Amino acid sequence: MSRHTLSVLVEDKPGVLARVSSLFSRRGFNIESLAVGPTEVPEVSRMTIVVNVEGLPLEQVTKQLNKLVNVLKIVELDQSASVAREIMLVKVKADIDSRSKVIEVVQLFKAKVVDVAPEALTIEITGNPEKLADFLKVMEPFGIKELVKSGMVAVGRGSRSISDRSTRPADRSGERTA
Amino acid sequence: MSEQITGAQSLVSSLEAAGVTDVFGIPGGAILPLYDPLMDSKKIRHILVRHEQGAGHAAEGYAAVSGRVGVCMATSGPGATNLVTPIADAHMDSVPLVAITGQVASTSIGTDAFQEADIRGITMPITKHSFLVTNPDEIPQAVAEAFHIASTGRPGPVLVDVSKDALQAMTTFVWPQSISLPGYHPVTRPHAKQVREAARLIVESSQPVLYVGGGVIRANAAAALRRLAELTGIPVVTTLMARGAFPDTHELHLGMPGMHGTVAAVGALQKADLLVTLGARFDDRVTGKLSSFAPNATIIHADIDPAEIGKNRFVDVPIVGDLSEIIPDLVAAIEAEFSMNKRGDYAGWWSQLNRLRDVYPLGYDLPPDGLSPQYVIERLGIISGENSIYAAGVGQHQMWASQFIQYNEPRTWINSGGLGTMGFAVPAAMGAKVAAPDKTVWAVDGDGCFQMTNQELVTCAINDIPIKVALINNSSLGMVRQWQTLFYNQRYSNTDLHSHRIPDFVKLADAYGCHGLRCESPDEVDATIEKAMSLDDAPVVIDFVVHKDAMVWPMVAAGTSNDEILVARAMAPDWGSDD
Repeated sequence: MSRHTLSVLVEDKPGVLARVSSLFSRRGFNIESLAVGPTEVPEVSRMTIVVNVEGLPLEQVTKQLNKLVNVLKIVELDQSASVAREIMLVKVKADIDSRSKVIEVVQLFKAKVVDVAPEALTIEITGNPEKLADFLKVMEPFGIKELVKSGMVAVGRGSRSISDRSTRPADRSGERTA
Repeated sequence: MSEQITGAQSLVSSLEAAGVTDVFGIPGGAILPLYDPLMDSKKIRHILVRHEQGAGHAAEGYAAVSGRVGVCMATSGPGATNLVTPIADAHMDSVPLVAITGQVASTSIGTDAFQEADIRGITMPITKHSFLVTNPDEIPQAVAEAFHIASTGRPGPVLVDVSKDALQAMTTFVWPQSISLPGYHPVTRPHAKQVREAARLIVESSQPVLYVGGGVIRANAAAALRRLAELTGIPVVTTLMARGAFPDTHELHLGMPGMHGTVAAVGALQKADLLVTLGARFDDRVTGKLSSFAPNATIIHADIDPAEIGKNRFVDVPIVGDLSEIIPDLVAAIEAEFSMNKRGDYAGWWSQLNRLRDVYPLGYDLPPDGLSPQYVIERLGIISGENSIYAAGVGQHQMWASQFIQYNEPRTWINSGGLGTMGFAVPAAMGAKVAAPDKTVWAVDGDGCFQMTNQELVTCAINDIPIKVALINNSSLGMVRQWQTLFYNQRYSNTDLHSHRIPDFVKLADAYGCHGLRCESPDEVDATIEKAMSLDDAPVVIDFVVHKDAMVWPMVAAGTSNDEILVARAMAPDWGSDD
């Protein structure tokens, strides 16, 4: 199993999220994370989809995705050539004795305390999935009361934009010879 | 200022503008506003069916014969859900279909309103695209896009779900002059480099096969295919969906490959060193056990749908495009190879194949008494002749109709290949007859299938659509029974329909306003078919009472290798030693 990050540009039309997500589920893929939001182009949304799959069937899914009328473009982002971030909000037990220790970890990870209560701190942290996992490992002994994560968003490094041409070029993806 | 009309009137005008002349459907609450202006349309004939499934299959049959988009119509909720099977069928077999459904008022959507079903959600995995229209101003655009999407690229079903309030509200009708779908650009022009590479492989191969699928028919490329075959002398196999794409009488034709294909066609694929795949999709019914399919073959795969390339089988030379452009380009590229004196020598290949063809022709044993279903179907094809179209249900009769009727023209054989929808024949034949009123249209049906959709005979009788039904009545679910014979120790669980007389199909035909004929012995077969041919004032049903133990041969058992094909029970072909 390997992890793939797909950036999918879609027309901002009703039902498009359902079309995309159901396509994954009916081909037997589990979506690890999915984030959708607007882009610099009006009426075009971008989905960042993280899936765990083998190489070959993923190609079948991207081809099927390409067939969806509302899908404009699909780019698989290579981990080394892209920047990926998640945002996480964590409510950690922190009373008068432990609070300063928790804050110390927050500072170490360049995270941010966004809410303070007598028994807990709510912390906002942004980063790649590995950083977030490391942060949680250190926080666990204090006691994690609640946790919420956004889906991952990712963008390719360098100056090129995947939406340079909001209409994708003719689809010849089937002609990629191995 | 444009005239103010209702959304319903706009929808009728849109269908007229899209060139629709025939629609199959049933009204109901949510779609009622549409049926009012439809009554006044001078251009659209609406055929009132008896079940929405019939409307869907009729639209499929209409599309398969005419090459135009078939249109069916239903109300919300149960009307729409009854269209699900034909929509799925059209999706599997790439049939251009537009389904118009009424939807509850937009203010009621999501409230479990009376006759509400989320038909767009339900059909999402089985449509090429779908629209939910709640704004009357968007009706013409949605209809224009629906017809464009259904009929271009790889054809398929498109659903247009229109809420009742959108049909009732006032709007203006403006037919879009252009269609802009930024995410939809089917490739039609093939890549010249790939075509040249394919031509090179063809002239260098010594055991090539043209593996022809239904895409050749959908692309109107049968004439081009014939040029390609005759230019190269390469053997042709036509899949179940491609019967008629290449003449059965042609000497280059080895017949149908697959689970019930000819030994020569199956053997050719297995021993080929090159498959020139044209609009076929390596379906499991053709490949058998995939890992042992055509083990020595290099694969050229030409298809309009890039997602088919490499889906099941690794492809060496993919060509994405429209076969009506690819095949002529390929012909030109091969001619260029020929002009450089590069030409394949297939003489040795043909001597192998001719031996298989001669030793293992399609055939059947006549039962000691009673009527052979294969004989009936064979006679039907001969007597009805060239100006005929055949629609089949699903099962043994379908396989026999594909084997024992000669198809020499595209769009003369209609069946449910991918989904395998029992009950397809009668409504599909009805749609075919509407598309081609001057042709003799036969539904070759089984008694199991027939009892699923025969209510459409009423539609045929009332609307002057005189189809003919050859009912291959073996009083059982024959194909399932065959599997029980072969794989379940002859334990016939729930496959006996007891339908020799219940229902009495002749009386049923009579009750439906059709001619009912019965044939129980071989010596009556010709006369009965000729009698049916002479009756054109109403649909005809012939109840051919056949013996139930006939089996479809050859057969590759599901999940086994094509090399394990049996020509009859426990009888493997002798492949010869020259491979």
